[in-house]
Amino acid sequence: MQTWIHIFSNWAVPVIIAFIPLFAFVRKVPVYESFVDGAKDGFNTAIGIIPHLVGMMVAISVFRASGAMDFFTGWIAPLMTKLGAPPEVLPLGFLRPLTGTGSLAFTTDLIKTYGPDSMIGRIASTIQGSTDTTFYVLTVYFGAVGIRNGMYALKVGLFSDVIGFVAAIAVCLLVFG
Amino acid sequence: MVNKIWLAFILIGFGFAAAKGNIGIVTEAAFDGATTGVTVCFGLISILVFWMGMMRLAEESGLVRGLSKLLGPVVSFLFPDVPKNHPAMGYILSNMSANILGLGNAATPMGIRAMQELQTLNPHKETASPAMCTLLALNTASITLIPTTLIAIRLGFDSANPAEIVGPTLLATLIATLAAIMADRWYRNRYLRRRPPVIPPAANLSAER
Repeated sequence: MQTWIHIFSNWAVPVIIAFIPLFAFVRKVPVYESFVDGAKDGFNTAIGIIPHLVGMMVAISVFRASGAMDFFTGWIAPLMTKLGAPPEVLPLGFLRPLTGTGSLAFTTDLIKTYGPDSMIGRIASTIQGSTDTTFYVLTVYFGAVGIRNGMYALKVGLFSDVIGFVAAIAVCLLVFG
Repeated sequence: MVNKIWLAFILIGFGFAAAKGNIGIVTEAAFDGATTGVTVCFGLISILVFWMGMMRLAEESGLVRGLSKLLGPVVSFLFPDVPKNHPAMGYILSNMSANILGLGNAATPMGIRAMQELQTLNPHKETASPAMCTLLALNTASITLIPTTLIAIRLGFDSANPAEIVGPTLLATLIATLAAIMADRWYRNRYLRRRPPVIPPAANLSAER
């Protein structure tokens, strides 16, 4: 099973990279010229995202560095212990929607400290793997097309993060407990 | 809502730093965050330029349209306002498959292309359309079949079974995605009830004439 997963992840992207140009060539598309033409848009899109992402990252960075997040985490921790979940993973619930690299660093640290096969290590891996960074996705996707009013998208994203966090803990406690 | 959260992050951070007598950390963290934002975007340039080029090929060869036709009906219930054969459908499908298969950095460019196509259907260019919100909901929850990064990290720390989290991750991600879809539907219906669907200005004009 593991080897198959490994083979698949190794082959998937290279196959796509070879298949798309080949298919386009067969369909008589001038492959190189079209590629360059489309690629031009990529640069402007990436540059256009900068102000959005800088704004968001500044706010998140200030919030984290000031110790505000640790305070809120310490507040909910006793509740988690009561429910039988290891409070060590709680900061991940806050970090995950805010920063992808930050939560990955935190997960790696938990795995290093408690071991990958401990309950904490397993729960952290599951939380990290099961959702994406809501604030990042929202900022990048809306920023790329110049949407200012995101409507209810943030509420939906954060709601599913909470559900995903609880589900990851519950599933791990059930499966590995 | 973003406005309030953004302001709250900064002000709460300011308050905590001041209370701790360590106000200097605000300056440091602010510029640290700004640097991160720019660094991430610069990292995105290479990925976006490459995949946007690839996607142009996929578009001009008819691959995107073919994908829309073939699998469009499967996801069209999630995007009722997007015409079934519209290229947006093809990009939405590419984005979803890239997420599911864990094709890492390919998912974001495909999602952005889908957003750009949805923007062409959007009557209010600065306000997200319901279809955009649905696409975002799917991406924030992001169904993951194989969490490759996590497996690699666990392997690095000598896990006895690095892939044992595949099952739990899949189940958790399915629950989160289902929650996202349901919440999205709920807000969407509430929004549409409050504000009846906008009649496109062109149709409006011709009716008046």
